[in-house]
Amino acid sequence: MLNRTLNISTSPHITRGIGTDDIMQNVVWALLPTAIFAVYSFGMSALLVLATTTVACVLTEHFLCKLSKKESTISDWSAVITGLLLGLTLPPNFPLWMAFAGGVIAIALGKFIFGGLGYNVFNPALVGRAVLQAAFPVAITTWFPAFLDNRFTTVSSSTLTAPFMEPTVDAITGATPLSAFKFDNVITPTSELALGLITGSTGETCAILILLGGIYLVARNMMNWRIPVAILATVYVLSGLLHLVDSQAYPPPLFMLFSGGLMLGAVFMATDMVASPITPLGVVIYGFIIGLLVVVIRIWGGLPEGVMYAILLANAISPHIDNWIQPRVYGTAKSAKGS
Amino acid sequence: MSDKNQIQPTAPGNSGKMLQAMVGIGILCALMIVLTFQGTAPVIKKNKAEALEKAIFKVLPGIEKTKAFQLGQNDNFVQIEGEGEEGKVVYAGYGANGELVGLAIEASGQGYADILRILYGYDPGKQAVIGFYVLESKETPGLGDKIEKDPNFLANFEALDVSLNEDQSALKNKVVPVKSGEKENPWEVDCITGATISSRAIGNILGESTQRWAPLIYNNQEDFVTQGEQ
Amino acid sequence: MANQIKNNTGFFASLQESPSTDEFVKGLWRDNPVFVQVLGMCPVLAVSNTAINALAMGLATSFVLLMSNVLVSSLRNFIPKQVRIASYILIIATFVTMTDYIIQAISVDLHKALGAFISLIVVNCLILSRAEAFASKNTIGKSVLDALGMGFGFTFALFCLGAVREILGNGSIFGVPFFPDNFQEWIVMILPAGGFFTLAIWLLIFNAAKQRKATT
Repeated sequence: MLNRTLNISTSPHITRGIGTDDIMQNVVWALLPTAIFAVYSFGMSALLVLATTTVACVLTEHFLCKLSKKESTISDWSAVITGLLLGLTLPPNFPLWMAFAGGVIAIALGKFIFGGLGYNVFNPALVGRAVLQAAFPVAITTWFPAFLDNRFTTVSSSTLTAPFMEPTVDAITGATPLSAFKFDNVITPTSELALGLITGSTGETCAILILLGGIYLVARNMMNWRIPVAILATVYVLSGLLHLVDSQAYPPPLFMLFSGGLMLGAVFMATDMVASPITPLGVVIYGFIIGLLVVVIRIWGGLPEGVMYAILLANAISPHIDNWIQPRVYGTAKSAKGS
Repeated sequence: MSDKNQIQPTAPGNSGKMLQAMVGIGILCALMIVLTFQGTAPVIKKNKAEALEKAIFKVLPGIEKTKAFQLGQNDNFVQIEGEGEEGKVVYAGYGANGELVGLAIEASGQGYADILRILYGYDPGKQAVIGFYVLESKETPGLGDKIEKDPNFLANFEALDVSLNEDQSALKNKVVPVKSGEKENPWEVDCITGATISSRAIGNILGESTQRWAPLIYNNQEDFVTQGEQ
Repeated sequence: MANQIKNNTGFFASLQESPSTDEFVKGLWRDNPVFVQVLGMCPVLAVSNTAINALAMGLATSFVLLMSNVLVSSLRNFIPKQVRIASYILIIATFVTMTDYIIQAISVDLHKALGAFISLIVVNCLILSRAEAFASKNTIGKSVLDALGMGFGFTFALFCLGAVREILGNGSIFGVPFFPDNFQEWIVMILPAGGFFTLAIWLLIFNAAKQRKATT
């Protein structure tokens, strides 16, 4: 698949189109603005987290390929994307050893165990994050405020925690807009959310840059635009209806849209080519399910944020979605549908 | 199982044998269970009583002995032996000189994973909750079970204000849970970051239970003192 | 009955001819109930969150296994074929109830930690499978050895899971701290998900070892 010299085909000899590595490389370009903004707003700590997860993913992929006596697949850039995405979902002051462990888990349990790229049932970065969330629930919900004065010269003390040790608690911590809403009923203004002037995970802050990356990929025809559109529309409409019913208890729809990891999840994670459905109607259903779960978990669940679980659950059922909506072949019995 | 017996129709007289076998085994099994039950019942009862007593000594620091009381018909308290009616029993704790130290009260409510059962100590003299112990919890290990270990959280229950209002019919301020680090008044329960739901549940259980028991006990303190001397 | 045993072919027949130490050893390693037969997964995953729980569960299961094997084996000529499963379940349930009382008498705390899983020993397929596949066809002596082997194999496997999960998830072993104070616990390991991860890793190790042995 990756070896260009082995591109043998029968006639007609159409020029080889874009390959996996081209798409993956472009996804990395599309993620870069978000990553750069993360480093700009959170400083050195965020840079270290992003670098650690990326290195961990690439090393794990290389090592596991060698272990199973296969050709190393790190040159297809997919491990880099997994690493970047995982880094972007973590708090900027996350201990580096945990970030490294997350990268290893993402590739080993999220991807390699299923057979590598193209066979993963779930988005690998989210698998890594889900395990980290379950393993270190306190560290992963300790947030670091953005735009500290000394962010480029000093590194958060919890970042450099010795391996397997408990991180020291930073003197300054912040609350994310979603937890501020959930526990204190404070609504952060939408403009601050959209520009990313808030506390949160490394990459879930500047919604505009994430959207720009998405638009770039859609314009190059490398991403299924229906998925993010379906997710965002579902969240907007559902939370809008709830807000109309009771504007005190339920947050305004724009707040729901721009807060937390929804943008990053909808644009870069739910669109994972392997773990999402392939039919046009299928992806719309898939997007609707994610949006519905996000609203349900955020509003009625015990956790402030639910994008990760929503996408993982939808990943799990995406093959079934494709199966359900398969049209019946004319003349076959009803029971044969989808089999 | 390539046994020929299985495909053969049941021979006549076979059902009698089956019945015999089942009844025989049934009687044998019943006998064994009854024997074990008889053998272990006193030990189990003693263990359970000891566990409860240990908890009572924990929530009422400095007591020497305890007595169980049951809420009577006219809101008075009567000393009982053995098990009382559920939801009506409190345990009085007495110091070395027989003076009443406080009451241990059981309370329960919905936690994060399952019903939480707690025991707390109420001191009618100080009008405060003076001790707290989790009897039963299935809260998430490492998170929700901090309610049993977190020293800052347990410090809430060293002197939690439950004083009554002027006509002594209800609490002046109901016990309420507040966010971690925001405790300002002596009747507030400071919750735990990372175990918000479980620690809030404890605050609410205490709130409900003290609301019911504190006025009842405060107004009938004499019952415990007089009956405790016997 | 003796003729029936002789008529059995394959696996069970081969067992009868093997020396009796093998009845004991096979459960420990070659036919380990958890790592090879993958039986009784409910308690394996649910009660292996600490070493002490795992050990207690393993021993309780072994006790039930031993007693039911003895009784089933001694009654094997008395129980008609048609009602054998019902009889086995009755016998197993009896010993489980007895175990439940005994554990309560030993320690209320331990009983609280094992919770509903003691009663669920009744439906542990390991015990029924030993009654059906072994004890009902073999002498009491062999059945005792078989039960002890399988029981210890089960306990050993549970302990393997429990130890790993407690060390990583709680930083301790048998409640004694294993790491320095500021060790960060991997809380996921004592949650149900950690049970699945740990079991998968042990199975991986076992299968890799078996494969290596087969190829060399």
